[in-house]
Parts: sequence; C-alpha cells; structure tokens
Amino acid sequence: MNMSILIYTEHQEGKFKKNSLEAISYGVAIAAQKGIDAHALVIGETTAPLPELGKYGVKKVYHLNTANINISDTKTMSVLIASVSTQQNCDTLIFSNTLSAKGIAPRVAVRLKAGMVSGAVDLPENNNGFCVKKNVFSGKAVTEIKVLTSKIVITLNANAFEVKETGGSAEVITIDISAPASTITVTGINKIAGEIPLSEAEKVVSGGRGLKGPENWGLIEELASLLGAATACSRAVSDAHWRPHHEHVGQTGLAISPNLYIAVGISGAIQHLAGVNRSKTIVVINKDPEAPFFKAADYGIVGDAFEVMPKIIQAVKDLG
Amino acid sequence: MKILVCISRTPDTTAKIAFTDNNTKFATDGVQWIINPYDEWYALVRAIELKEKDASVIIHLITVGNSETEPIIRKALALGGDEAIRVNTDNQDPFYIASQIAAVVKEGGYDLVLTGKETIDYNGSSIGAMVAELTDTNYISLATKFEFEHGKAIICREIEGGEEVAETTLPLTLSCQKGMAEARIPNMRGIMAARTKPLKVIDPVTVDTYTETVGFLLPPPKAGVKLIPADTPELLVKLLREEAKVI
Ligand SMILES: Cc1cc2nc3c(=O)[nH]c(=O)nc-3n(C[C@H](O)[C@H](O)[C@H](O)COP(=O)(O)OP(=O)(O)OC[C@H]3O[C@@H](n4cnc5c(N)ncnc54)[C@H](O)[C@@H]3O)c2cc1C
Ligand SMILES: Nc1ncnc2c1ncn2[C@@H]1O[C@H](COP(=O)(O)O)[C@@H](O)[C@H]1O
Repeated sequence: MNMSILIYTEHQEGKFKKNSLEAISYGVAIAAQKGIDAHALVIGETTAPLPELGKYGVKKVYHLNTANINISDTKTMSVLIASVSTQQNCDTLIFSNTLSAKGIAPRVAVRLKAGMVSGAVDLPENNNGFCVKKNVFSGKAVTEIKVLTSKIVITLNANAFEVKETGGSAEVITIDISAPASTITVTGINKIAGEIPLSEAEKVVSGGRGLKGPENWGLIEELASLLGAATACSRAVSDAHWRPHHEHVGQTGLAISPNLYIAVGISGAIQHLAGVNRSKTIVVINKDPEAPFFKAADYGIVGDAFEVMPKIIQAVKDLG
Repeated sequence: MKILVCISRTPDTTAKIAFTDNNTKFATDGVQWIINPYDEWYALVRAIELKEKDASVIIHLITVGNSETEPIIRKALALGGDEAIRVNTDNQDPFYIASQIAAVVKEGGYDLVLTGKETIDYNGSSIGAMVAELTDTNYISLATKFEFEHGKAIICREIEGGEEVAETTLPLTLSCQKGMAEARIPNMRGIMAARTKPLKVIDPVTVDTYTETVGFLLPPPKAGVKLIPADTPELLVKLLREEAKVI
C-alpha cells in the first residue's frame, strides 16, 4: 500500500486555524511531488466543517473525537497522532509551527523514529535525498536539512506557504482511539479576548521607546484596528512594562513573518530585527534618519511619530 | 529535587552571520560565543532560585558538544550549579543531541529537566520535547513560571493569544522563556568557585543520526528603503495599497 502524508490540523471555536490551512496546502503540494495522497487529522470535538477541508486538496479527514482528550498534554497528543499515522500508513507528518506544535511534533518524531525539520520555509527538494529549508540564526539565514530516515516530521513556519483552494470534498473517517490517562491538569486559561494573536497575524503594527510612554499607544492601536492588524512592541517597551510581555518581538520574544510590519519609534537593534526581518513588507517610522531599522525597511518615513501617525491614520480612514 | 539544566553555546546575538567552505559551515572567525540566552537567563537562573529557597536542591548542567564549548559551561557554573557534564561529540542532529541528554537523565535520576525555549542559532525548539519523549515524562513548552509546592508543580505557559496554568507532578521536562526568572550576572565569588566545580566529560551513547545539514543560504538583500516625505504620509498608504498590495 502507498504511503501518504498526514497534516495535523488545529481548530478553535469551530474554525480551522489559518496556519493549519497553510500546512495542509504545503502537505498537499508535497503529496503532489511524490504522487501520493494527503490526509488531514483533526483531534477533539468541533463544529468546524470537516468535509470542507477537501477543498484544500486532502482526500480524507481522520477525526479523532474521543471525549475528554487533554489537548494541553503533549504526551497524550503525541501518542494519539503517532498512532493514527502508523495505523493509516502515513510516513510524512506536517504540522504548522504553532506554539502547541512545538510541544507535540518533536515527541511524535521520536515515537515514529522520524527525522524532523522544524520551521520549514519552503517545499522539500528531492534531487539529492529529501532536503528541507529551514530558518536559522533567528531569520538571518536559511539552512538546508537532509532527512536521513524514511519517516519525516516537518513543522511549517507561519506565512511561509500560501493557502491554495483546489475545490473538492473530503471523506470524513471517525477514529476512536482511547487516550492514555493524562497527569496534567489545566487549572486556568487567560486569553485576551478579541485580540488578533500575534503569531497568526498577517499585519502587525509595532511600537518602540520612541513613543515615550504607554499613554501614547492609542496611535498604535488605532492604526492596527483600522488595518485589522495585531499589535507588537520592542523589548525595551515590554521591559518597561508599557506593554504585556507576549507582545514583544525579536530574538528573545516572538519571531514573526507577517505580510506587513509597521515599526514606529523602534531603532531596529539587531536583536529586534531577528524577530521581524522575514516580514514581507517592512515600514519604518523614526525621527532619526540614521536609525538602523531603515536599512532593513522597504518603506520609511523620517519624522516625528506624533505628527506622522495621525496623518497615516486619517489616510487609511480615507481609503474606506 | 535534582535538576538538570541543558546549556548550549550560540554565537553572540550581534555576531555577523556568514558561511565558509562553499556555504557548508558557519564562519566562526571573530565570533564571540555566549550561553544561549534562554538557557542562561531563564532555565539556569530559575534553577538557582529554587536552590536558594531550598538548599537540598541539586543542580547539574549538561552540554552536548566538543571541547570548544567548555568556556561556556564554566561561565554557566560561575552563575550557579553544582557540577557539569559535557558529552563529547560534534554531532548536531537534534535527535542525537536529545538522546545524549536523555541517557544522562535516566542514569542520574533527575526530577526536573530545564531547557531554553530554543537555541538562537538552530531555532529548533525541539530538544526539550524529544528529551521528554525519550525519558517518558510530561513536557511543557514555553513555560513562563514554575513553582513547586507540597509535591505539586505549577506551571504557566504561553499559548496563542494568552497564557495557560497547569498542575502536574515530577518528573517533568520544561522549556523556559521570559517570565521564568530575571537575568543575573556572575559575581567574582561565583567565577572563583566555578574553577573548582567538577566538569565531567563523557562519551556519547550510540544512537542513529536522523538529519544532517547540507548547507546555508543568506536571504537576498533588501532592494533599499523607499523614503516618503514626512509631510505626505498619505503617499505611504497609497504605496502600501497599490505597489506592495498589503493593505
Ligand atoms: C541578548 C539580547 C537580546 C535582545 N532581544 C531583544 C528582542 O527580542 N527584541 C527587542 O526588541 N530587543 C531586544 N534586545 C534589545 C535591543 O538591543 C534594543 O535595546 C531594543 O530593541 C531597543 O528598543 P527600542 O528600539 O524600542 O528603543 P530605542 O533603542 O531607545 O529606540 C527608540 C527609537 O525611537 C526613535 N524615536 C524617538 N522619538 C521618536 C519620535 N517622536 N518619533 C519617531 N521616532 C522616535 C529614536 O530615534 C530611536 O531610534 C535584546 C538585547 C540583547 C542584548
Ligand atoms: N548541544 C546541546 N547541549 C545541551 N543542551 C542543548 C543543546 N542544544 C540544545 N539544547 C537545549 O535545548 C534547547 C532547545 O534547543 P533547540 O531545540 O535546538 O532550539 C536549548 O535552549 C538548550 O537548553
């Protein structure tokens, strides 16, 4: 029997995560390279329309809806995912490189004795073995990793591959595997309601120490909300407690690669750039023409944020 | 409680990233090496804090690498920790590295294994989870808090758009990030003490290598910034819509 590709598909509040749809499109493209099928794996109860995953090119959706699965338990999740992939003859597993996949995918790789590439940024090349490009040096370079095993686990970076709709519907197959008893108890979740999670955002508006204080963040928030963007900040800002820690991007914060990154009053220190330099379009607003950030930018305005930002906000409003 | 802190060596955050030997090797000329910031600031310092609260805590450090990594592990010992282990190998495959750490964990009977969130050179974020799987322990990634009281471990970790709190028991493997502890600098006493702390060098256990590095690429340079006069920011908005097509 032919091996196939399995894509672990995350869902939330009845919707598939966009990053998981990217992973599906990526997995489907690898399947096309190899002339095999790609299938999706969905774990947990959901109202998300499972057959519709077929329009991204998967043939089957394996749905594991055993009750009471502790999805926060990396041990439970890796046992389940590895079992399904073995049962269904899948030798290549694709995850989106999400915060939760970081805890699960490496465990699955060990269970399956699979070589793993984390943070892939492009389709594999097969001329000289199975080689995958991944980000290294915090986005300052890319390396090519050759997988030496027959089984393969890849986590795909957010925004590294475009979601492609091909049309079609998938067969949904319900699987019942009992989950091993979990020894982790989740006692609380604090989520900031209504906020666009930074890791998933396509557009990001970010502020630095140039904004002088937390009371001026209205400028960042208003532009972000007009553009449907998430907000971010430099480490200097989160260290000063102007903004929450989870907004800090860079070497020690989150690494992001949105289509648009607007940096306001951020100098562009190398550690900051490490987290954002893979953004497709970078806009820098800084009053110092010598700010290093301009070297990494596509568009720039040398000017005072307090004068420039209200005008930009007005111009976006005028776009309608 | 017996803690193992995983320490890796990375180029300084400001190091120039370049490659030699037909783009197959990282150019180490003039590069300053540091303890991977997450390992130092968060994993190691949290372990030290736990020992400061409870003197019976034992801290061992481990690094998997060749003799060039020794200055880094000495520096880590100067911050704290009772002794260090170096597994002598050049192999960079994550599964291989994790297997070396797991072998030491099993042999030493550690209750808590702490890693950094990721290495800032390889950016794998995978060693901790692999060690947990190989030693069959619970694993929580991206932890921002760890407390241990009356036999119960309480951990906060980052999730998309927020934070989750969980309870479990030891043994446990955690990857640590900002929030866990406040960075410290080594003092003279620590530096002196580190000189006499044991640093055990051991041979790697035999395991398969699952991946290898073929080569490196630098991203294409940016075309250069297009500057827009400060008095016409509406032009920026127009370019973002019509040229870059991002809004
Ligand atoms: C190991 C290590 C890791 C680090 N990791 C990170 C990281 O992950 N993320 C990160 O961000 N930093 C990180 N840093 C810190 C980094 O080096 C910088 O110190 C930090 O990014 C500076 O933040 P900033 O640009 O907001 O502030 P500043 O450097 O103070 O820059 C403020 C900028 O605002 C401009 N400005 C001032 N007033 C105005 C105005 N009215 N209008 C417009 N512009 C104005 C100034 O010209 C200046 O360029 C790290 C440092 C180290 C050593
Ligand atoms: N060679 C190594 N020796 C010891 N610990 C390591 C090594 N490589 C990685 N680690 C640990 O594993 C964490 C995650 O590394 P990585 O999976 O490479 O991003 C690091 O922050 C270290 O704590």
